[in-house]
Amino acid sequence: MQLNLTSDQEFFRDTTAKFLNEHAAPPEIRRLREEPDGFVAAYWQQGAELGWTSLLVDEARGGGSISGEGLLDLALVADQFGRHAAPGPLVPNNIVAGAISELSPERHADVLSGLLAGTSTASWCHLEPRPRDGLDDFALDVRVDGSDLILNGTKRPVESAGRASHLLVTGRTGSGLTQVLVATDTIGVTVRPMHTIDLTRRFSEVTFRDVRVAADSVLGEVAGADSQVERQFQQALVMANAETVGAMEFALDMTLEWAFDRYSFGRPLASYQELKHRFADMKTWLEAGHAISDLAAGAVSAGSDDAGELVSAAKAFLGQYGTELLQDCVQMHGGIGLTFEHDIHFFLRRVSLDRSLHGTPSQHRRRIAAGVMTTGNAA
Amino acid sequence: MSTDATEDLDAFRLRARSWIRDNLKPAAAGATAGVLRNNSTDEEELAQVAHERELQGMLFDAGFAGLCFPAAYGGQGLTPAHQQAFNEELTGHEFPVRLQAPTISPCAAVILDFGTEEQKLAHLPAILRGDELWMQFLSEPGGGSDVAGAQTSAVRDGDEWVLNGSKVWTTGAWWSDWGLCLARTNWDVPKHRGLSVFMLPIHQDGIDVHRIEMLNGTKEFCQEFMTDVRVPDTDRIGQVDDGWTVGIRWMFHERMLHNSPYVTIPAGDAHAGIGASSVLRVARESGKLDDVWVRELVGEARMLQLTTEALQRRLTEGMSSGVMSDQSAAIGRLFSGVVSTRTNTIAFEIAGGDSGAWTDDDGAISDCGSDFLMRQVSTIGGGTTEMARNVISERVLGMPRERTLDRDIAFRDVPRGGPS
Repeated sequence: MQLNLTSDQEFFRDTTAKFLNEHAAPPEIRRLREEPDGFVAAYWQQGAELGWTSLLVDEARGGGSISGEGLLDLALVADQFGRHAAPGPLVPNNIVAGAISELSPERHADVLSGLLAGTSTASWCHLEPRPRDGLDDFALDVRVDGSDLILNGTKRPVESAGRASHLLVTGRTGSGLTQVLVATDTIGVTVRPMHTIDLTRRFSEVTFRDVRVAADSVLGEVAGADSQVERQFQQALVMANAETVGAMEFALDMTLEWAFDRYSFGRPLASYQELKHRFADMKTWLEAGHAISDLAAGAVSAGSDDAGELVSAAKAFLGQYGTELLQDCVQMHGGIGLTFEHDIHFFLRRVSLDRSLHGTPSQHRRRIAAGVMTTGNAA
Repeated sequence: MSTDATEDLDAFRLRARSWIRDNLKPAAAGATAGVLRNNSTDEEELAQVAHERELQGMLFDAGFAGLCFPAAYGGQGLTPAHQQAFNEELTGHEFPVRLQAPTISPCAAVILDFGTEEQKLAHLPAILRGDELWMQFLSEPGGGSDVAGAQTSAVRDGDEWVLNGSKVWTTGAWWSDWGLCLARTNWDVPKHRGLSVFMLPIHQDGIDVHRIEMLNGTKEFCQEFMTDVRVPDTDRIGQVDDGWTVGIRWMFHERMLHNSPYVTIPAGDAHAGIGASSVLRVARESGKLDDVWVRELVGEARMLQLTTEALQRRLTEGMSSGVMSDQSAAIGRLFSGVVSTRTNTIAFEIAGGDSGAWTDDDGAISDCGSDFLMRQVSTIGGGTTEMARNVISERVLGMPRERTLDRDIAFRDVPRGGPS
């Protein structure tokens, strides 16, 4: 998280923190395991009142930010989501709301107002089934048929698709990308729930079979959405990275406290040099994670040339070292760390999920390399 | 500092850009590549030192030396942001690398923090002009990480002190001018309370400079043997027996490495040695860039470099705004050391068989093997990463201190191993 926040940002972050302390406490997270959507409607609507849904939306369209850079404010929320392993479709809902606000606010005004109020949610159908990774290679077909578009293909995993009123579908039209906003109840859309490692996030496989929508469902241009998709992807990465850092920090603090309280052989775990040195490594990974995550968030928010490289570096670093940190926290706890009763697994789940989605460390290392080879910019 | 009195950052940047373009040559390709490579003769080395003194003098005359040093001592009284802007403009150009660490930081930084007015006036302008090159007389052959266990003795004799002992790991002492020396002035108190710091010319009777040959043939590191070296009391820095107060700050500046606002170094060059750019060169010249495993490693090296730079910026911001304690510098030291060893290993891996045996025609691949043999220098030099882990766990995270057997007894009674 950014080191020096404005007082408005601090107030904003603290309000969300207080709300999550009350409404996403560990017993509630455990209870939500049984909840079909992974969260309850009132929770999400109250979150919307706190600003969770509006930060990427234009002020004129009912949105607005705290600092003037909505993505950075959103990263503060994502950080708190990580610190609580909080429920709710923060990433996809904001991506879709932001895209509508920018590209089609008039046509989809009612959808947008539902998303802003938190009375409905939307999801982004981006990633694709194996062997594709859905990063640069899309198979979902969007065909122009007169004044209609016809969609065919499968997307997975799609977050909170079962509950979403609308889906933003990224597909291919010839050599370019097209994005279409589709109501989830459109004929030909099938949502099949998947299993997941997270307790409160829900994912589905969404199939589109000859799904016919009107041409004005397109956000942006047919076959002209490539840079928009890349920007949405970068925004999603900023949120996922901030969430991972938040989860790392909370888990490390929790484990440090345990090391002070737990005695073995007549002394606290915290007094053993072998363990102290591992805590030093974890603290270093955490600070490095904060640093690259914040730097990348700033670059994406500003739309600077190095945004893609930095946000991939952050994702690659956090994917690798975030899960490493969490696994080491489990190790420090011993057997209790592997039980359902203990809270540490909330955070292990969340950072592991965030590592696997939106490109793995390995995929992002290759993206970085591809960029370096093109620009030669590795000095 | 009021913003009115400080040159506007953009104007400064433009002035720096045009001066650098007009006055500095492009950096020689691969000039800072590799790990302490043994690739020049003594004559070439001395010529390069002389050239760098000239470059420093040019910076001084143009008003670009000591940007964050006060004007009263030959600096420019500007901000770390100005230094950062200058470093960014400097990328790709020659610069006086040998004048930076340890001369400007930690040595000049320590003089600025603790020197008397006379001492600062005597040395800081001279350093910023390139007239004085400084070395740290800090580590000792019997010491290693236990810096406060220094055994070099300083005995008072009227207005002078008489120093005896040995210091080691002084890079380039054979071509340097002055040493900043930590010595023991009181053996009857616990180790941290009997130290004092002195300034002394290196090339004088009584100091024998011996060059150490490293495993790759380089002879940059030196050991000095001091016999009855007389230092006037006016060349003592800080109070008698309070040298550890100076020492703590000294090591803080050392841990800041190239991230110190006092240091001039091209942006992106702060991790000279094996960086992402050398990894890319090795991959390209090996003809392996199409291999997925090589791309993964190239991407990893770049990721680590970007993260190291981001971390250093965060730590600087955190420490200067008081959000983080100065001890947090150890976080940057640990991370950059570990990243450096990893990146070195990546280059060695990509080079494959050519890193074990090569010809002079192998370009960037040459010497990957020798660099690998020297890999651990980045986690040993400047304070080991084990010490950094102690500092982070104990001083940053507040975990219990290691038990020591030398804290509350007179230093002369502390058990010591055999001479080394």
